[in-house]
Amino acid sequence: MSWHNTPIALMAKALAAKEVSSTELTQYFLGRIDAGKQWNAYLDVNAHLSLEQANKADQLLSSGKAGKLTGIPVAHKDVFVTRGWKSTAASKILAGYQSPFDATVVANLGIPDENNPHGAGMVCLGKTNMDEFAMGSSNENSAFGPVLNPWNSAHVAGGSSGGSAAAVAAGLAPIATGTDTGGSIRQPAAFCGLTGIKPSYGRVSRYGMIAYASSLDQAGPMGKTAEDCALLLSAMSSHDPRDSTSLADSGEDYGRYLNQNWKEGNTNPAKPLEGLRVGLPKEFFAEGLASDVAKSVNDAANLLQSLGATLVEVSLPKTKLSIPVYYVLAPAEASSNLSRFDGVRYGYRANEYRDLGDMYAKSRTEGFGSEVKRRIMIGTYVLCHGYYDAYYLQAQKIRRIIAADFQAVFNQCDVILGPVAPDVAWRLGEKSKDPVQMYLEDIYTLSTNLAGLPAMSVPCGFNANNLPIGMQLIGNYFSEARLLQVAHQYQQSCDWHLRQASEVA
Amino acid sequence: MKLDDVQRIAHLSRLELNQAEAEAVLPQLQAIFSLVEEMQAVDTTGLEPLAHPILFLRDLAQPMRVDQVTESDSRAENMQSAPAQQDGYFLVPKVIE
Repeated sequence: MSWHNTPIALMAKALAAKEVSSTELTQYFLGRIDAGKQWNAYLDVNAHLSLEQANKADQLLSSGKAGKLTGIPVAHKDVFVTRGWKSTAASKILAGYQSPFDATVVANLGIPDENNPHGAGMVCLGKTNMDEFAMGSSNENSAFGPVLNPWNSAHVAGGSSGGSAAAVAAGLAPIATGTDTGGSIRQPAAFCGLTGIKPSYGRVSRYGMIAYASSLDQAGPMGKTAEDCALLLSAMSSHDPRDSTSLADSGEDYGRYLNQNWKEGNTNPAKPLEGLRVGLPKEFFAEGLASDVAKSVNDAANLLQSLGATLVEVSLPKTKLSIPVYYVLAPAEASSNLSRFDGVRYGYRANEYRDLGDMYAKSRTEGFGSEVKRRIMIGTYVLCHGYYDAYYLQAQKIRRIIAADFQAVFNQCDVILGPVAPDVAWRLGEKSKDPVQMYLEDIYTLSTNLAGLPAMSVPCGFNANNLPIGMQLIGNYFSEARLLQVAHQYQQSCDWHLRQASEVA
Repeated sequence: MKLDDVQRIAHLSRLELNQAEAEAVLPQLQAIFSLVEEMQAVDTTGLEPLAHPILFLRDLAQPMRVDQVTESDSRAENMQSAPAQQDGYFLVPKVIE
């Protein structure tokens, strides 16, 4: 049985029917991880710990105490602190770090015990590679080397959740967690042919998620299908009193609309999306978008239309400005968050220094990579006395305009459709010399983080070189279940999401 | 932005840059800030800054919890990743002579 091609929705059925055990599944994926090291998708794997969890999951399954996801393996982005595995955020400054506690996401998905009675019973396969502290769009900023794209190993996997994307695309995990501060779930999902969702800000607890930009960071699932993402997101999200921005009403079944028609009372099976208004922002199809990406996204719009949806042109006039706004606000928050790395309580400490101040500076200088240092310096600058109003406050004011523009558009449509990124996965090294060129690649994903809206990446085609293309669906606040419904209905009518990465055996 | 600014920000960030590194990072920061300058053309008169996306929807009360002990002593676990320690304390270079 080729379990790496099996959506977790079917894996759950096989586990419940005792056709396979969690231990067998875990061994299967550990074997593939061992044979698939060339992608550099994982930073830490511990077969003993994984199999120990699988054994506990099998006990839950045989004693009738299993939940929907019990026994299914999952890979965690290395930004989530995880007991037993190293937690480094792909930074030298945290190399070897052992967390004394689990992130809420890890606990919510993990094996239940007396301290964690509601754990979903999934088995951790290990920690996936990423851009250092989630700062990057290509996974080339990892202190432990770039991730390669399973569709073509000369190309990047995308970032910052590139390891999670490559792990699922290469069949080294059936599903994975990611985080998205400016597109870090959606863009690598698009580059690797996966489905991923960044939920509304506040849906998933940030407790134990190593912080980058706290008002933008949000975790979500990356998998093969919208149905799989709905299953994982339902288990990930919860109200968490340990995160002051966690929403009180976060626990819900995000898969509840999957197999329903959009409009209540519509019984026409050929037109499941009748009544759905899909907005196409003209700024998302303007200059800079590769023509093959534009064609695939337009084909997807036409498919949605054939399923009953209506297409409307809309406008998000501040789309281009989301880049400077994001690259002020995210570094500002990062410069504050990363001040905790001082070489005193945990993490890397320089070997030689004169005094305490020198120890801070040398530890940070040797421990952080160049993109992280660049963003810390940008953030420090925009928060300086004299620049604060012109940069930081101005960015926060434009952020309000961007959020309001979305609300105006949601008066005209139910979901927004556009590309995830201007182009497919680029070649390794192609953009790493020029930070601004890399930042411009985030144009279609940043605004949803600034507004706090949910957004998805859904595979919708391939370019001439057989590299995956992703479309983005953006919904209004707390409409994740509706976004997943649209994506699921789309996936019933095409097979882009089921294609196997070309370099994967 | 000039070379002096780069060194001043690096110092405030507790980062060290030698002359060559500062010279290399200067044009990168200049390019980023010329992108950032595009924000200045937007009229934001009378707009409140938005610090947190949910504040766009509604006011958020700071959640309060009951003030009670929820954790047991886990000093050994909490200190396992300390770069230097002695007798259960973090060790740092001498601060006061």
